[in-house]
Amino acid sequence: MPEAKEPNPEFTRKVVEAGGKTVNLCFQCGTCTGSCPSGRQTAFRVRKLVRRAQLGFEEDVLPSDDLWLCTTCFTCYERCPRGVEIVDVIMALRNMAVRKGYMAEPHRKVAELISKTGHLVTLRDEDKALRTKLGLEGTPPTVFSDPKALEEVKKIAALCGFDKLVQTGGK
Amino acid sequence: MAKYGFFLGCIMPLRYPGIESSSREVFDALGVEIVDMKGASCCPAPGVMRSFDQTYWMSVAARNLAIAEKMGVDIVTICNGCFDTLFEVAHKLNHDPEMRKKVNKILKDATGMEYNGTVNVRHFVELLYRDVGVEAIRAKAKGGKNLKAAVHYGCHFLKPSNIKKIDDAERPHVFDDIVEAAGMTSVAYKDKGMCCGAGGGVRARTPDVALKMTRENLVNMKNAGAEVIVDCCPFCHLQYDAGQVALKGEFAIPVLHLMQILGLAFGLPKEKLGLEVHQTKVNI
Repeated sequence: MPEAKEPNPEFTRKVVEAGGKTVNLCFQCGTCTGSCPSGRQTAFRVRKLVRRAQLGFEEDVLPSDDLWLCTTCFTCYERCPRGVEIVDVIMALRNMAVRKGYMAEPHRKVAELISKTGHLVTLRDEDKALRTKLGLEGTPPTVFSDPKALEEVKKIAALCGFDKLVQTGGK
Repeated sequence: MAKYGFFLGCIMPLRYPGIESSSREVFDALGVEIVDMKGASCCPAPGVMRSFDQTYWMSVAARNLAIAEKMGVDIVTICNGCFDTLFEVAHKLNHDPEMRKKVNKILKDATGMEYNGTVNVRHFVELLYRDVGVEAIRAKAKGGKNLKAAVHYGCHFLKPSNIKKIDDAERPHVFDDIVEAAGMTSVAYKDKGMCCGAGGGVRARTPDVALKMTRENLVNMKNAGAEVIVDCCPFCHLQYDAGQVALKGEFAIPVLHLMQILGLAFGLPKEKLGLEVHQTKVNI
């Protein structure tokens, strides 16, 4: 028989502090797993993820690819009979994972785009042309047309350490 | 009716500007006064950006809320993602004084503004249902076509329902009622209410997994005889529109945002709807 792992309440406490404050209410019924659209297509099991977070099994949770298969659809959150705010727990775990360097390259690129431009989607010449054709301003009246506004968004990134996170991917 | 700051977000103005031109026309036709929120940014996206750093997510959202507050307007959005971020962050800042203090410190240092909690964040479907009314929409929708519509609510319009309190998250009707007021028939389909697959950073990180969820929805819509998919979120819209191309011809169901459906029903010329950028051909 494999040796039982020791729970690590210190990690669980950190999950609670990072926003997963209801994680300890889970009694492992599995309503979440049964409701999960992502789990229908993959081996991702929400119930197991929550259990590992409760037991403080940091090394099973933070590097795990499964942590990133949740679409944040809130179906489990809605149906949980114990009121576990599961999406909040997953967000807390993801924030912790990213700070440990577990940030996938496509995600780092998305984060880089917002930190540089203030938007998650680029403004191409063809977009400007179509906007103009539709009677809209070619450049949307957002940070795209206001350098001072963009500076403000960049300052927020600097104050949160988000710019560094984007450069290094948390490593 | 109050005046609303029209929050544009990213995908609508940059990839589907026809949704924006339709929205402006439809709001105008229904007497909803909108103004641009100059200098607003990405909301930021509630799945992917919140996953990285919640303090950053809330602070950028608070800046967008503060812009509306300074203008003295509430916010209306035509995107579930923008709605979720702005609504949830406004809710958190209103109910967690410590968090509000922390976020306002960052906001003030970066912009000179603070957010004082006075802005209501509205999703356009909810605004149309509650403030404009289904009958007022029906009265304008003379050009509506009676097609079988697969209505896709998406996730973040109604959920989390404990704070949004718009409709029953499991058996909603508000969106279907508007689609039917526009002359269409909303068909029942298996697992209606399931996620399109794109959210939470899944589309960016594991597009194959996202597409499997999209395909399951498309199979269910097709089996119900759907002639059009109607969404209320540009991200779901992108996932169904581009997703059908990625699935290489297995499906060919046109994807329209509710604002485009209303635009058509209100008699807006087709060239105002920007349908030429839709990747799945719109032949309705």
